[in-house]
Amino acid sequence: MKKAYLLLADGSLLSGQAVGAEGCAIGEVVFNTGMAGYQEVLTDPSYYGQMVCMTYPLIGNYGINFDDYESRKSWVSGFIMRELCEYPSNWRCKLTLDDYLKRQHVVGLAGIDTRSLTRRIRNAGVMNGLLYTEGYEPDAGKIEEMKSYAIRNAVAAVTCAEPIRYPSDTDEIRFRVALYDYGVKYNIERELCRRGCEVTAVPALTPPETLLADGYDGVMLSNGPGDPAENHEIIENLRRLMGSGIPIFGICLGHQLLSLAIGAKTEKLRYGHRGVNHPVKDLDTGRTYITSQNHGYAVVGSSVPESLARVRYVNLNDGTVEGLEYRERPIFTVQYHPEVCPGPMDTAYLFDRFIQNMEQMKGGAPTCR
Amino acid sequence: MPLRSDLHKVMVLGSGPIVIGQAAEFDYAGTQACRALREEGLEVVLVNSNPATIMTDKAMADRIYIEPMTAGAVKEIIRKERPDALLPTLGGQTGLNLAMELCEAGFLEQFGVRLLGANPETIAKAEDRQLFKDTMEKIGEPIIASKVVHTVADAEAFAREIGLPVIIRPAYTLGGTGGGIAYTWEELREIAASGIMYSRVDEILVEKCIAGWKEIEYEVMRDGKGNVITICNMENIDPVGVHTGDSVVVAPSQTLCDKEYQMLRTSALNIITELGIEGGCNVQFALHPTSFEYAVIEVNPRVSRSSALASKATGYPIAKVAAKIAVGYGLDEIKNAVTGKTVACFEPALDYCVVKFPRWPFDKFVYADHSLGTQMKATGEVMAIANSFEAALMKAVRSIEMKLTSLIMPRLRERSDEEIRAGVHRVNDERIFVISEAFRRGLTTIEEVFEATKIDTWFLHGFYRIVSMEKELAAADRLDTALYLRAKKLGFLDCTIETLSGCPVNPVHRLPVYRTVDTCAAEFDAETPYYYSSYDDETEVKPSDGRRKVLVLGSGPIRIGQGIEFDYCSVHSVWALRQLGCETIILNNNPETVSTDFDTADRLYFEPLTPEDVTGVVMAERPDAAIVQFGGQTAINLAAHLEALGVPILGTPAWSIDAAEDREKFDEILEECGIPRPKGSTVFTEEEAVQAAARLGYPVLVRPSYVLGGQGMEIAYSETDVREFMRVITQNRVENPVLVDKYLMGREIEVDAICDGEDILIPGIMEHMERAGIHSGDSISVYPSLTISAKHKDTIIRYTRALARRLSVLGLINLQFVLYDDQIYVIEVNPRASRTVPYLSKITGLPMVDLATRCMFGEKLRDMDYGTGLLPEREYYAVKVPVFSFQKLRDLDTQLGPEMKSTGEVLGVSKSFRTALLKGLLGAGFQMKHEGAVLISVRDSDKQEAIELGERFEKLGFALYATSGTANLLNRHMIAANAIRNVDEPSPNIINLIESGKIDYVIASSVKGRHPELGAVQIRRTAVERAIPCLTSMDTAEALLRCLEGDIRIENCEMVDINAI
Repeated sequence: MKKAYLLLADGSLLSGQAVGAEGCAIGEVVFNTGMAGYQEVLTDPSYYGQMVCMTYPLIGNYGINFDDYESRKSWVSGFIMRELCEYPSNWRCKLTLDDYLKRQHVVGLAGIDTRSLTRRIRNAGVMNGLLYTEGYEPDAGKIEEMKSYAIRNAVAAVTCAEPIRYPSDTDEIRFRVALYDYGVKYNIERELCRRGCEVTAVPALTPPETLLADGYDGVMLSNGPGDPAENHEIIENLRRLMGSGIPIFGICLGHQLLSLAIGAKTEKLRYGHRGVNHPVKDLDTGRTYITSQNHGYAVVGSSVPESLARVRYVNLNDGTVEGLEYRERPIFTVQYHPEVCPGPMDTAYLFDRFIQNMEQMKGGAPTCR
Repeated sequence: MPLRSDLHKVMVLGSGPIVIGQAAEFDYAGTQACRALREEGLEVVLVNSNPATIMTDKAMADRIYIEPMTAGAVKEIIRKERPDALLPTLGGQTGLNLAMELCEAGFLEQFGVRLLGANPETIAKAEDRQLFKDTMEKIGEPIIASKVVHTVADAEAFAREIGLPVIIRPAYTLGGTGGGIAYTWEELREIAASGIMYSRVDEILVEKCIAGWKEIEYEVMRDGKGNVITICNMENIDPVGVHTGDSVVVAPSQTLCDKEYQMLRTSALNIITELGIEGGCNVQFALHPTSFEYAVIEVNPRVSRSSALASKATGYPIAKVAAKIAVGYGLDEIKNAVTGKTVACFEPALDYCVVKFPRWPFDKFVYADHSLGTQMKATGEVMAIANSFEAALMKAVRSIEMKLTSLIMPRLRERSDEEIRAGVHRVNDERIFVISEAFRRGLTTIEEVFEATKIDTWFLHGFYRIVSMEKELAAADRLDTALYLRAKKLGFLDCTIETLSGCPVNPVHRLPVYRTVDTCAAEFDAETPYYYSSYDDETEVKPSDGRRKVLVLGSGPIRIGQGIEFDYCSVHSVWALRQLGCETIILNNNPETVSTDFDTADRLYFEPLTPEDVTGVVMAERPDAAIVQFGGQTAINLAAHLEALGVPILGTPAWSIDAAEDREKFDEILEECGIPRPKGSTVFTEEEAVQAAARLGYPVLVRPSYVLGGQGMEIAYSETDVREFMRVITQNRVENPVLVDKYLMGREIEVDAICDGEDILIPGIMEHMERAGIHSGDSISVYPSLTISAKHKDTIIRYTRALARRLSVLGLINLQFVLYDDQIYVIEVNPRASRTVPYLSKITGLPMVDLATRCMFGEKLRDMDYGTGLLPEREYYAVKVPVFSFQKLRDLDTQLGPEMKSTGEVLGVSKSFRTALLKGLLGAGFQMKHEGAVLISVRDSDKQEAIELGERFEKLGFALYATSGTANLLNRHMIAANAIRNVDEPSPNIINLIESGKIDYVIASSVKGRHPELGAVQIRRTAVERAIPCLTSMDTAEALLRCLEGDIRIENCEMVDINAI
């Protein structure tokens, strides 16, 4: 069995067994604490440019099926686990994880002490890494490239090239929703279609005027990868979109981009939130929800212009901003993932809220409640 | 929401005695709850009849009632204490049922007592079959379809609706006689017809068969604000059909993808929300293995065995948080004590695999039915944590104290291939080992085993990998580091590696490192040092703070003979050590206990209690000393190993323990001290045993040395008996010698003492109601003694002092004496903590374990406040009554003897002996019926006494029934008794009579027992299965009579707060 290595930016080298594709890959090393859901993680475009280390030690137990993809391919630049399951068991299993990683050309590393790696990231913050299979040893140039690596132009890399239309699950189309694809997970569209929406995913740089002209009932801003602040054109577009008064619901990157559009700031977290167990408190109701999260950046609470929006949701672990409520407009955004996949479905009601906003807009009176 | 302002005094209900299905987990839960409530400044009134618990300890509650867990007794306590509220959700089913009973009677309302944690409607929705069905239907949660029918046609009609296969369960037949699973329509008609015939009321339940579905559990919590979270999910390796308490369980689930995991999680949260529970709840699901179809099997609206497991598996203190929620806090307001940074409103993330393994009593109850089904049979369990499933399983297997070090079960080697193949299909305690043996011999494939067992192939691959490693080791001509480490990562012990490979591990040996259980998969820094071992490079053991470090070994799984009392002792020892300024380390593997709570000791190692596992911890911690005398036999067995590692044992030295167990050494000591004991000898073979017995004269006591709870001990009245018992003993591969002693049928006396090396302090002398010959754990024991004269007491004190000194006891010692022919004989000495320590400590007010611990540190009894010699007797009687779990163990003979059979105990406390006895009997489950019928069938040696007993029952107005011999005798003595045909005679016979429901008490003894085919055993089993009190000792029957004759009612008894005596 071939060996594989993870060289970290701090100079440490971890060795284990090579799994998945062979090769040499560069990425930002992050950890995810979800105990199930690796298939969804692998296919979540938000992980573009990142190498994901799963903290649960036994990965691949239920294999890969053809139903639970969250996008058309895997976006991770590397996949790291303690133990890869050779003989998965689940009725829907079609491939082993190893096969899937090979097919997707994802370089993998197993057999390392993932807890030790996680602790290192927790203490030092996310860092770049170079994952290579035996025989693909990096030269000095490659190592330099790793050290200076930053995820750039991420949205452009993952967004769709052409609009894609998803029909409503219901016979009657209740609403037509434009979905800005910044790296969207399928389940956002599934949640909307289930609620009677016809969803059109549009490329990230689609001008808002085009959407407004097409007469959509609402706009959904998707999740996605990278540093939100680098997306100048999108931020500018959103500023214009907001002014139209159309109902908007933003998730994760979509939430961050809209915050930037109103002049708030984003910051990079030391090691981000990646998992399915983060408590988020709704300050309006006092209720706390367990949420699915995947983000490395967060909106700085104090930077949110009070006249335009307010912080409604906060993370109970570290107090970071988890969602905004916009004033005078039918707009709300959340940092976490109500569409889950993976994760707990407790906040799916937010999609209902978006539907209500569109309903009221159609009925005439704009609302923000 | 902060603490409710209307609460000042809260009553907490415990779960009563340890029985199968309700063990130490509720002591753990209750203890956490009491502490959580007192932290809030609430006055806590605790009721629990179980004196061996930590929760009934002085420091745990303001007022403590060790009184029967019956509505009658609890009502009296409520009348006396007038609490504002009652917290019933931490005392198991017992606590919940009691609360419901009080509530339904309107009693709680009348006394203004509010129910916390769950309201009566909630409890009813979860417990009442119809309400549960309605509730689940209302929220759209599927349950197992079932219908009660009375005709074959109706059965078929319903089966057409739900589809085959279906289970037919006849109503009112025991053990499902006449029922079965129907896979075809023909089978359905056949089984339905036979079921209706067997049922007393011509009634059967037709139920959708979900055997073979995956069994998944969720532990969920909810607060008053409606916040809901999942603590942990668990997957049973054994599919639906085996009680979850008897299943090997992993956490988290291993074969569920996120969609399945979230689907069931959402369902569990919907259920707890609909029920409106404020606290913890356990939901059990059956999940179809090849679809998203599922069914809710059961909901427990309370803290349960699974929540104790989930707590230990994740580090999340469920009981503590449940108690805080019950008094008004929101999950978002409670701190996560493990990280100290985050809040309790989150879901733990595990970065390890947990395996729970049940501990069954079949090593003792060899004739009991070993098959596993819907009736739980395990007395306890162990938990193991590792980075891989295989290592966790291997750790668990070596923790259950069945002398196993891996998946190799030596006794299976002798079985033929055919037997092994057949064994794979049998659902019993050895199934995992039989499957492994089948893999080892290449008899079967993973797919075939899956077809036969429906155990998910993911787990079977795990067993297979372990067996493959065995083979790889066996085939290796040398042991290199890589192979060694791979074996270690699969959980192999060094000794197993050496045995299999034939190579010494020394050159490649590695020590484990230790990882933290932190609730968050390392996302946050954890404050609690709760560790498990792994074979990695980085250790997380925190550096020491300079205090003297003491390692305390726990007692492992709860089993017959080694119960919760040793956990009580271990925990107390930790507390005492802290007071003495030591840093404490606990090593234990029982998830049900207080000792494995993350804040009991300064450091907790959740590891097996084997020499190698202990070595790892010792090397990681370098403790200055260790204490073994509080952890029962499990810890004692490790004493020599610790000494070899250079860890000084605090207290009584290892040689002394050995001397007390070693026949010859002990005889020498007794002779030296001039103390008599029943004559006996040490033998190794059946022939030697027969010769020794003949020399001593029958009856003799036969028992293996170095065992717990009189395991394998029997009274032999003849050579045949000796031969039979010797065969049973040697079958269990006892390498130690067997002892054959003259059996003296006298009064049995028990003493616990603390010795500081010079002086002794005896808290009290206990006397057994039953004569010697019945194991002390199974006897009714009375403190202070009733009939022992001052002369004999002096002798007992003298002997105790002499032996304690001679054995260099430093700490606790337990002695058993027999008073025979006006002479005191020593029958057993245990230089360690015993079963009676907790209850004696509580009733005498003497903190025995604390004093013993201080003695180990050189303090002298005479410098403490309690004096020396025998502590003056208290004015209260404490009667300990054993509790059995006979109903749950089919085919087990209930006749008491020298081998212990009880699973738990209760205490009755009163100034009057008779009242104390009554409380004890009520607590032990006796209904104390004052009228009805008594059936007597006794062996010849008991007949004289039976006459007197019969006469007394007759005087009380009971009708008497007896088998012909006994009936004739009674009638000759002018006692009216109806003769009834014996078991082997045609019906109506004695069995039919018992089954008819006419009998209220059975007194049954026989010379021979054990074998389920024997008539006497059948009589006793029939009584037990009909829940009719069955007394097998004339002394127990006499005790019962004393109470009945006294005609005392619990309503007239004073309820005793033991904190006030």
